[in-house]
Amino acid sequence: MVAKRIIPCLDVKDGRTVKGINFVSLRDVGDAVELGRRYSDEGADELVYLDISATFEGRRTFCSLVEKIALAINIPFTVGGGISSVDDAARLLDAGADKISVNTAAIKNPQLISDIASKYGSQFVVIAIDARQVDGRWMATTHGGKFPTDKELFSWAHEAQERGAGELLFTSMDHDGTKAGYPLATYRELNRLLSIPVIASGGAGSIQDIADVLGEGCADAALAASIFHLGEIRIPDLKRELKKLNIPVRI
Amino acid sequence: MIAIVNYGVGNIRSVVNALNRAGVTEPVLTAEPELLAKADKVVLPGVGDASCAMAALRDCGLAEFIPTLTQPVLGICVGLQLMCRRSEEGDVKCMGIFDTDVVRFQPAEGLKIPHMGWNSISDLKTGLFKGLKEGSYVYYVHSYYPQLCGDTIAATRHGVAFSGALARGNFYGTQFHPEKSGEVGTLIIKNFLEL
Repeated sequence: MVAKRIIPCLDVKDGRTVKGINFVSLRDVGDAVELGRRYSDEGADELVYLDISATFEGRRTFCSLVEKIALAINIPFTVGGGISSVDDAARLLDAGADKISVNTAAIKNPQLISDIASKYGSQFVVIAIDARQVDGRWMATTHGGKFPTDKELFSWAHEAQERGAGELLFTSMDHDGTKAGYPLATYRELNRLLSIPVIASGGAGSIQDIADVLGEGCADAALAASIFHLGEIRIPDLKRELKKLNIPVRI
Repeated sequence: MIAIVNYGVGNIRSVVNALNRAGVTEPVLTAEPELLAKADKVVLPGVGDASCAMAALRDCGLAEFIPTLTQPVLGICVGLQLMCRRSEEGDVKCMGIFDTDVVRFQPAEGLKIPHMGWNSISDLKTGLFKGLKEGSYVYYVHSYYPQLCGDTIAATRHGVAFSGALARGNFYGTQFHPEKSGEVGTLIIKNFLEL
């Protein structure tokens, strides 16, 4: 049986991880490679590195960082942030990334998903959707929730799958940062609608929240950032608890 | 000398990186039969469509040559599939080293295709899995699988039970990615290097 995956997400700016990080034993909390290795040692199943640099120079630094990550880390990792062309994706593939995630650029140009998937395979393309509820409908947003779009979550997710996306990373902007749990019914519906794996993101405040989205919400994986970085939930504890709750995990 | 078959298919870098981590500093990337014949170990990687990969292998003149190798050979993912009899993907005849066929996962309620993520391997055989526990987790990404057969040395279940790894004589293959399978994968690569 395929194990449910636990995925820490690391934000990277100008080649270094940002956000408060609570690993006391790390020599350099900004070192994206060392932090990734630490999570890998703790039992993370995959890693996501998100480039939040806004400059050309920052993006170039990120690409050379990806090469270092690929050399040091022996679990799969996804990179995202600012990927808007097949060339951007190719550079990251060449640097050693296992998958790339696309979000805003794919909404502006859905063909981007088809182009990357047909060239490098569906397993390489993660479609990330940030959505919020507007008059009872889930609508996709861009730029990390800043701007509304006319794309409805379920139809957009389905279109992305048909275009060749190999996984869906769905974040509810209504739940992100609230620590109040995930919109379980929405995840269930995505799982029913799609044949590709669904990764839940945004909203977890407790181990039970993660157990709920992997169990009742039928998500294949749970991604989180601050609860791991701040040490609020430790991955070994999380996996032990999930196992007790009969959720299949790799320990 | 460790050689990686470089036939223009797939992301060879992750295999190179994994060999580096296992202490092989400079694996040789080549499609030259003379060089491959001289290697102590040969790795055959591969991703993407099996029929395209098989065509690329033929174009390099290696489809007849690889089965004649006598040192340990490890096929990974599509590399392993090319070592089977045939693949349903593009309905292509493969090298026929392993006594089995590669077929597509059939859609079923609750079954995600591709089979992506960590799954366990059991009924482990041969030195490739020396020091590993039954039920160890490895990383898979694939939509086609090699069926169980007499050459199966590890089994995994995803809807059906299939060959997670195969071996016959000096030939080995893993459907999973040891280069992405954490410490378990690193140990499998080290075991291969010690065969």
